[in-house]
Amino acid sequence: MSLDSREAKAARIRHLLETEGEAIAENTRGFNQGRYDSVADLADYQELRDEARAIKEDAIERLPELIDELTERVEANGGTVYIAEDAADANRYIADVCEAVDADRAVKSKSMTSEEIEVNEHLESDGVDVVETDLGEWVLQVAEESPSHIVAPAIHRSRESIADLFNERFDPEEPLETAEELTMFAREQLLDRIKGADVGMTGANFLAADSGTMLLVTSEGNARKTVTVPDTHVAVAGVEKVVPSVEDFQPFVELIGRSGTGQDITSYISLLTPPVDSPTVDFDDPDTPITDGEVDRDFHLVLIDNGRMAMREDDDLRETLYCIRCSACSNTCANFQSVGGHAFGGETYSGGIATGWEAGIEGLDTAAEFNDLCTGCSRCVEACPVKIDIPWINTVVRDRVNREGDGGNLDFLVDGLSPDAEGEGDGGDGTPDLQKRLFGNFETLAKLGSATAPLSNWAANAGPSKRLLERVAGVDSRRELPPFRRETLVDWARQREASGPTDPDRRVVLYPDLYTNYTLVERGKAAVRTLEALGVGVEVPAMPGSGRPPLSQGMIATAREKAESLTDALDPYLDANYDVVVVEPSDLAMFREDYAKLLPDDGHERLAANSYELLEYVYGLLENGADVEALSGASGDGESVAYHSHCQQRTMRLEEHTLAVLTELGYDVTTSDAECCGMAGSFGYKEQYYELAMDVGENLGEQLEEADADHVLASGTSCTEQIDDLLGDEPLHPVELIAPGAPSK
Amino acid sequence: MTAASTEAYDQFAATAAGYGVELTRVPADEATAAIADLVAEPAVGTALPWDDVDLPENVPTDPTPAALDSAVTGVTGAELAVADYGSVFLPGTPDGAEPVSLFVDRHVFVLRERDVVPDMVAAFDRLGDRFREDRASGILATGPSATADMGALVQGAHGPKAVYGVVVP
Repeated sequence: MSLDSREAKAARIRHLLETEGEAIAENTRGFNQGRYDSVADLADYQELRDEARAIKEDAIERLPELIDELTERVEANGGTVYIAEDAADANRYIADVCEAVDADRAVKSKSMTSEEIEVNEHLESDGVDVVETDLGEWVLQVAEESPSHIVAPAIHRSRESIADLFNERFDPEEPLETAEELTMFAREQLLDRIKGADVGMTGANFLAADSGTMLLVTSEGNARKTVTVPDTHVAVAGVEKVVPSVEDFQPFVELIGRSGTGQDITSYISLLTPPVDSPTVDFDDPDTPITDGEVDRDFHLVLIDNGRMAMREDDDLRETLYCIRCSACSNTCANFQSVGGHAFGGETYSGGIATGWEAGIEGLDTAAEFNDLCTGCSRCVEACPVKIDIPWINTVVRDRVNREGDGGNLDFLVDGLSPDAEGEGDGGDGTPDLQKRLFGNFETLAKLGSATAPLSNWAANAGPSKRLLERVAGVDSRRELPPFRRETLVDWARQREASGPTDPDRRVVLYPDLYTNYTLVERGKAAVRTLEALGVGVEVPAMPGSGRPPLSQGMIATAREKAESLTDALDPYLDANYDVVVVEPSDLAMFREDYAKLLPDDGHERLAANSYELLEYVYGLLENGADVEALSGASGDGESVAYHSHCQQRTMRLEEHTLAVLTELGYDVTTSDAECCGMAGSFGYKEQYYELAMDVGENLGEQLEEADADHVLASGTSCTEQIDDLLGDEPLHPVELIAPGAPSK
Repeated sequence: MTAASTEAYDQFAATAAGYGVELTRVPADEATAAIADLVAEPAVGTALPWDDVDLPENVPTDPTPAALDSAVTGVTGAELAVADYGSVFLPGTPDGAEPVSLFVDRHVFVLRERDVVPDMVAAFDRLGDRFREDRASGILATGPSATADMGALVQGAHGPKAVYGVVVP
């Protein structure tokens, strides 16, 4: 990305933060909290997710036969099925249907797939009046805007801005003000339009192959009117919406509302086996009972491929087809909460999963425009009701985008610093851009920086270097770069006198991740002291990086090489029954999650099973009889702690262990509910994202300040740097508070 | 009445109440009067699918579009209820149950207590063959129509603003 395009992107994000950020933040955070509350009430939530996932895996696997079965059923029921290759094909068919019934007006209920094919524009060019009847969609139609959220499309607009829009456009006798007035006004306006409709268009959330039944998730009742009033019903759905049987609807009915807007269930789940038996309501003939005569309806199911069957053949994009469009990944995403879908979205879809949809449907160029907004924090992984590995899809697409890129024109500056071309490029020269190469190669930087510290730190943070870094590589000059330490953790451990327990029962390798080894060395020393005090033998051997920095830049081949080197280096220790203790949660997430994708067969399993987050390990030691008195606890009647757990740590469900240890030591702990600190590895250092990262961080900073605690703690390196920038004071790692001899407040 | 069905009813009543849906539980011979008490005129309805429960006289069936337009109350039968969600399944039928329950401000559903099932699994077990064999359609409705699209939660978006239930053993 060039300097100009970085600045343009920063300006666009700044504009959205100012104009839409507040409404987006309030609404998405409300939905997200609603999700937590609603799924907590569901005793078999995890079982339902497993079941939903299994249904989707099976359905996509058997998709061609299910489409055939569905087609037979719908036709036997009296409907028509059209399988459209692409948007143009679908639009042509729908226009033909409208023409055949001489339609002047089509009314629509909300459907993202119909947004994807842009059917409204197509029909309008044919002279058909198309009216969106979902209130949010109608607001956007009146305002000529695009959805900012896949479920609540007008989420970026406040009540006041909708009132201004309606008052200006419709000039009602009394100006509209309250949500109730706005809703009733829209209801009346839209009822008028529905009454005169010739065609009703809907989407379909799910389609059952064994009965031809479609399921629509709604709340307003507009989809019901859309289907009931006119005699022609066109349903538009992606081919991936087919499931084998009606009974398969059940887990999705229980999960979709909870996962999206935090409702246990939405007001209306339409279960329609069209053409439906309900009589049409002909308002042009107001005095004839609707039950007079036979019910005579036309039903057209338009199943849309538009790239989906190719996604099905793509091992990395296939999971996207399991998506049920609930919006959980949007609502839980810290970046999305700040900017919404107008920045974090493509032609149609928005949020984390949109990268998969847009890459498959529109192409890599569209996905590339917003893919970097996924920081890989992984909070969406546990939110997704069908357990899609959304960060992986983003990483893969980023890798593909890198390979199509030309690497920028400044390679001469970093030759020898950045890794060579990521594999074979198939378009440009196949290298990631300079910014990605710089951050992806943090290991080399750290080694160089440490070897030449403190000179390197002074140089890096000096005005001229910072300006150069910003200009050529987009490293924001408002950030302090992390200072490298001349004496690394490995150096320190090698040189110190033996102080650990003699003949311990347990031996561990404390993994010297790049941050603990080169910059945040004190937390590493505290970890060694803590583990030894609890009776564990600790070694800190020199180890290669985990591959996290290149992976987060979409440099998968480099990350894979790192994963292979590191597992080779750790193998002898695992052979000798050492446990591996990890300070940096994002590295533990590599071992436990990402290495499954990077290493062949089950090459990751032994490391995943034998590696532990530091406080998780301390918790386990204490549970198994280690002496808590060996640690440094709260003095007197307890001190207060404000703690921000790392995003990936929370996804691995390892926040609780830190909380338990701190509580046992007498601390009174408050946790933040911010999904991410905003820094997210290198993200917050990037010039184009600095302001967004700080906006995300403010949510965390405010919570930490409100807690007004004696100690502020964070487990991750990025979180530590971000909190330092937000509060002007560097937080400690929890182990620095509990290590023997640690200073109390 | 079995203990299980009482338990399911109580749970249904509690979850439905959470959506503002009030239930009236009456013997069959008092159901017509109970429905009449809930009707605000003008009203429309569809014949109830049981011999022992009739619509009140002020609830005519076979509505015209004009009658649907002006009706305040719509009365229809519910085929089953899901206790732990507070939902009812409203079948769409050739006599117009779907528009009657939709184009009104107040929907009154009538339900047999034996048709309350405990959960969604039981609901779909029962409905599966209705879709496959009978080509049924219907709405799993939970509380009134609602929207939050105008900046705050409003009940009565395109459909009913209030929902009442009459439950007969």
